[in-house]
Amino acid sequence: MTAISPTDHAAARATSIVAAEAQARARLRKRHALVIGLRLAILVVFLGLWELCADYNIIDPFFFSSPSGIWEQIWSWITEGTSQGPLWLQIYVTLEETFLGFAIGAVGGIVAGIILGRNKLLADVFSIYIKIANSVPRVVLGSVFIIALGLGMASKVALAVVMVFFVVFANAFQGVREADRAMIANAQILGASPFQITRSVIIPSAMSWILASLHVSFGFALVGAVVGEFLGAKQGMGLLISTAQGAFNANGVFAAMIILAVMALVVEFIITRFENYVVKWRPAPFNEQGA
Amino acid sequence: MQSQTIAAEKLSPAAPPADAAIAIDDVTLRFVTPDGHMMTAIRDFTMTVARGEFACVVGPTGCGKSTTLNLVTGLLRPTTGNVRVMGNPVTDISRDIGFVFQADALFPWRSVIDNVAAGPLFRGTPKKEAYEKARDWIGRVGLSRFEKHYPHQLSGGMRKRAALAQTFINQPKILLMDEPFSALDMQTRTAMQDELLDLWSGLKSSVVFVTHDLEEAVALADKVYVLTAGPGTVKSVYRIDLPRPRVMSDIRYDPKFIEIAKVIWNDLREEVQLGQSRGLQASH
Ligand SMILES: Nc1ncnc2c1ncn2[C@@H]1O[C@H](COP(=O)(O)OP(=O)(O)OP(=O)(O)O)[C@@H](O)[C@H]1O
Ligand SMILES: [Mg+2]
Repeated sequence: MTAISPTDHAAARATSIVAAEAQARARLRKRHALVIGLRLAILVVFLGLWELCADYNIIDPFFFSSPSGIWEQIWSWITEGTSQGPLWLQIYVTLEETFLGFAIGAVGGIVAGIILGRNKLLADVFSIYIKIANSVPRVVLGSVFIIALGLGMASKVALAVVMVFFVVFANAFQGVREADRAMIANAQILGASPFQITRSVIIPSAMSWILASLHVSFGFALVGAVVGEFLGAKQGMGLLISTAQGAFNANGVFAAMIILAVMALVVEFIITRFENYVVKWRPAPFNEQGA
Repeated sequence: MQSQTIAAEKLSPAAPPADAAIAIDDVTLRFVTPDGHMMTAIRDFTMTVARGEFACVVGPTGCGKSTTLNLVTGLLRPTTGNVRVMGNPVTDISRDIGFVFQADALFPWRSVIDNVAAGPLFRGTPKKEAYEKARDWIGRVGLSRFEKHYPHQLSGGMRKRAALAQTFINQPKILLMDEPFSALDMQTRTAMQDELLDLWSGLKSSVVFVTHDLEEAVALADKVYVLTAGPGTVKSVYRIDLPRPRVMSDIRYDPKFIEIAKVIWNDLREEVQLGQSRGLQASH
C-alpha cells in the first residue's frame, strides 16, 4: 500500500478553485444584468404601448392620460406650481401629516400591544373591543374627523393615526405573545425583573413583528392623510387629486399618484435601512450569506 | 443481592435533612390540561441533594424530569408537599440558582459577551465590572475569539459553552441542568462533560443534572435518581462511588463503571419499556 501525497494536486486544485470562483462570479454578474435589463425593457414597452395607444386613440387620453401628458403635468407643477401653490408645499404638507400620524399611531400601537401582550387579563377584556374597532371600515372615520377637527392638519393626522394604530398594535401584541418561554424563564433565573424582561427579552423578540408592521402601516398612514385631504382640505396631495378630478384632468390624477408612489418608495427604503440596522443579529438568508 | 460490594449502593429514600441544598419532600404536582382535566406529572416525589453534591436524574421521556427542575426554580409550585432550597421554602425565584436549559435559551439579539454579561447586569452589577467578569468566563469556556459573534454564528457546541458561561457567571450555589448536552455529538459532549466537572469543582455548587443517557449520569454523578414512567416518582437511588477527578473519555472503559451502569440499566429498562408502550397506546 502506498500513501498518496495530496500535495501534488493541491496547487492544481487551488487554481481550479480560483477559476471556478471567477466563473461563478461572472455568471452572477451576467444574471444580475439580465434581470435589470428585462425590468427596463418591460417599463419601456409598457410606457411605449401606452403612449402609442393614446396617440392613435385606441384608448382615450382624456380618461386614461398618457406618459407624455403625465410628464408635462409634473413638469408644469414643478416649474409653475399648482393651482394651490408650489408643488413642494403640497408634498411637504402631506408628508408632515403622514409622519405625524405614523409616529403617533406606531408608538401608541407598540405601547398598547406590549401592555396587553404582557397582561393576560387586560388582553382578555379588551380583545373583543379591539376586534370590533378593527372591523369598522376606518376610512369612514375621515368624515367624522373632518366634522370634529376641521379642515386643518389635525383631522388628517387623526385619520392616519387610526389607520396605523391597529396594524401595529396587532403585530406588537402577537410578537409579545410569541416571545420564547424558555428565553423568558432564562432571563428570570438570571435575575431579570419584570421590567428588565420586557426591555431585554420581550421587546427585542417582538421587534421583527413590529418592523414588519411598520412597512405596511406607513402606506396606510399615507392613505389616511391623502383620503383626509380628499375629503376636505386647504393644502396637500389629496386636495391636488380631488381638484384634478373635479376638472376632469386625468393627467393631474396620474401625476399626483406617481408623486405619492415615489414618496412611499423613498420612505420604504429608509425603513428597510432602519430595520437592517436594528435587527443586525438576525441570520442572513442562505443566498445572501458571505456576500 | 451483592450490590454492597460494587460501587453502586442502593439507598433507601428517606425524608430530607433540614440543611440539604435541595429538599423535595413528598411532592405531588398536577397540571390542568387545556381541556380542563387534571394530569398528574409527578407524585409522592422525595429527593435530597446535599451541598456540593452532583445528582443525576434519569427516567423515561415525559416522566416529569423537567417538571422537577422547575419546582426547584420556583417557576412551578407543588400541588402538595414542599420544596426547600438551602433550608428555605421556595417562594420566589432564588438568586442562588442557575439553570442550563434543554433548548437553546441564549438571546439571539445579543452577542456572546452581551449574553454572558446578562446575569450580572440584570442583578445590578456595574457595567464595567460585569463585562470584565464576562470576558473572564468566556475565556474559561474557550470562546475568547468569538466574543462579538451572535449565537447564530456559532456552532451548537459553542452555543452550549456560551450558555454554560452565562449560567456560571452568577456563581450559582444550586445548578440545575436539563439535558444540556443531548443535542451534541459524542466528542463535543465528552469535552463538555469534562469542562462541566472542572467548573463544578471550582464552584462547589450542588447540581441536579437531568439526562436521558444513563452512562452520562453514572459518569458524572455522586448520586443517580431513577424515576418511574409518568406520573413520575423516585424508583430508586444509587450512590456512585467512582473516584474523582474523573476523566470522561476514559471512565466508560472502567470495569467498575460498566458494572454500575448495568445494574442501574436493569432497573431503568422496565420503566423505559413501560413509558414506550404507554406512548404507543396514547398515540392510537
Ligand atoms: N405546562 C404544562 N401543562 C400541562 N402538562 C404539562 C405541562 N408541562 C409538562 N406537562 C406534562 O407533564 C409531564 C412531565 O413533563 P416533563 O416536561 O417534566 O417531562 P420530562 O421528563 O422532562 O420529559 P423529556 O425527557 O421528554 O424532556 C408530561 O406528560 C407533560 O405532558
Ligand atoms: Mg424535559
